Amino acid sequence: MSLLEVDAVEAGYDDALVLRGVSLTADAHEIVAVIGPNGAGKSTMLKAVYGLITWRGGSVRFADEDVTGLRPDRLTRRGLNFVPQTENVFPTLTLAENVHVSALVVPKNERRAAVERVRELFPILTERSRQRAGTLSGGQRKLVALARALVTQPRLLLLDEPSAGLSPLAMDTVLEKLVEINALGIGIVMVEQNARRALALAHRGYVLEAGRNAIEGSGADLLRNPQVAELYLGGSVTTASSSTSTSTPSGMNPDTK
Amino acid sequence: MSASLQVMDVVRVFGGVRAVDGASLEVEAGSITGLIGPNGAGKSTLFNCISGFLRPQAGRVLLDGKRIDRRAPHRIAKAGLVRTFQTPRALTRMTVLENVMLAAPRHGGERLAGSLAAGVRRREREVRTRAAELLGLVRLDAHASALAGTLSGGQRKLLELVRALMAEPRILLLDEPMAGVSPTLRVELLEHILALRERDGITLLIVEHDLDFVMRASDRVIVMNDGRVITQGSPSEVRADARVVDAYLGVRHEVS
Repeated sequence: MSLLEVDAVEAGYDDALVLRGVSLTADAHEIVAVIGPNGAGKSTMLKAVYGLITWRGGSVRFADEDVTGLRPDRLTRRGLNFVPQTENVFPTLTLAENVHVSALVVPKNERRAAVERVRELFPILTERSRQRAGTLSGGQRKLVALARALVTQPRLLLLDEPSAGLSPLAMDTVLEKLVEINALGIGIVMVEQNARRALALAHRGYVLEAGRNAIEGSGADLLRNPQVAELYLGGSVTTASSSTSTSTPSGMNPDTK
Repeated sequence: MSASLQVMDVVRVFGGVRAVDGASLEVEAGSITGLIGPNGAGKSTLFNCISGFLRPQAGRVLLDGKRIDRRAPHRIAKAGLVRTFQTPRALTRMTVLENVMLAAPRHGGERLAGSLAAGVRRREREVRTRAAELLGLVRLDAHASALAGTLSGGQRKLLELVRALMAEPRILLLDEPMAGVSPTLRVELLEHILALRERDGITLLIVEHDLDFVMRASDRVIVMNDGRVITQGSPSEVRADARVVDAYLGVRHEVS
């Protein structure tokens, strides 16, 4: 039994069915990366698991309980939290207030300790406690969003593109922070378009394609898999030696040139 | 017909924070220029000042030598300078194709629908064909008749790019075109962006954090920090600059 077990989820928006049976598991000691083409359903999967959209089929179990379609606030209290890609801090509140609001889900007698632990992990909360979150840079905002999720004392975090829009230096900071968080025994499921970086630090990875599971394996195996490189990692673009002329994947997508 | 851009000593302050603090740069006609810098360096604010979405409090912006810093965004777009936004803005209750068609120059939706004149119909056909063609480039053709609201975050970024191209720009400002785009599509987008310059003669100014992309695409790279331009040069010069490594790249990305 894994901590999180997503089984054959079907979900979408209005008339559009996006997820056509996606399954995934994650444990507290793991970083799990979810990659795939734009529109594959990666973010939708996170939103479905966190109860933000309506399920049409399938189920999700968390800590051995059926939590399918449970409200987000209930999931947060059970130890499952979600950090959206944008709009993940309250811009007009200070950093201290942002963390305080999140800490309200923690039992009153544990709140002070929870906030204290998060402040140790994120020095920026102390350094800029009275600054409004809206005045932070993109990288700093991501850290505050992570801190807000962590203060709720999760056992598992769902992260939607934690590195998107970050400068190389800020991206390193955020990804290193994820490894630190995971080392505390908190599981991480992250959707990422910076797929090589994500797979490099993930224990396991899933490739989604058109709302379904395509390939899965250890992060290292997926990185080494030539099919994954060709279809999902942009061929050899990030390796210095070869050219970008690796062709469009055959049989997958029509060549549009 | 490529356009050139000059930015001279532009200042924009938000409640005491000097987001852009005397930034000056030049983009040569027909070039691809990368604009990089840490988060919060003022890149997007500068984009807003150039494209008329914010009025600079000091300094000047020149398009082909003519001042545009007091003009409204639509007039700047009409003059040939078009920009995309980091967070895409699509009309979610219209189809993807309609979103693109609306971005065509000189043709409001009202006139398209209201007149039966043959010329207008022909123009609409042309616009429709062009729109479909551009959607094919970014692999959104299969979604042409879907509501734009059903697109994923990454797909909306691509729609944003197509809408900008539909406006027939002479100079195009792209704000993080690769963020949220899959690695496979990034490779293709790079080719398309290079072709925009080669084939269509569009000048490009691109804010992007994907360094592989910036280094491959750009003729010149300009680096901002704290609201100013701190250095500029060829991609390899900039990559080796100690200030850039300190403020932006970090040691991991340093050239060995």
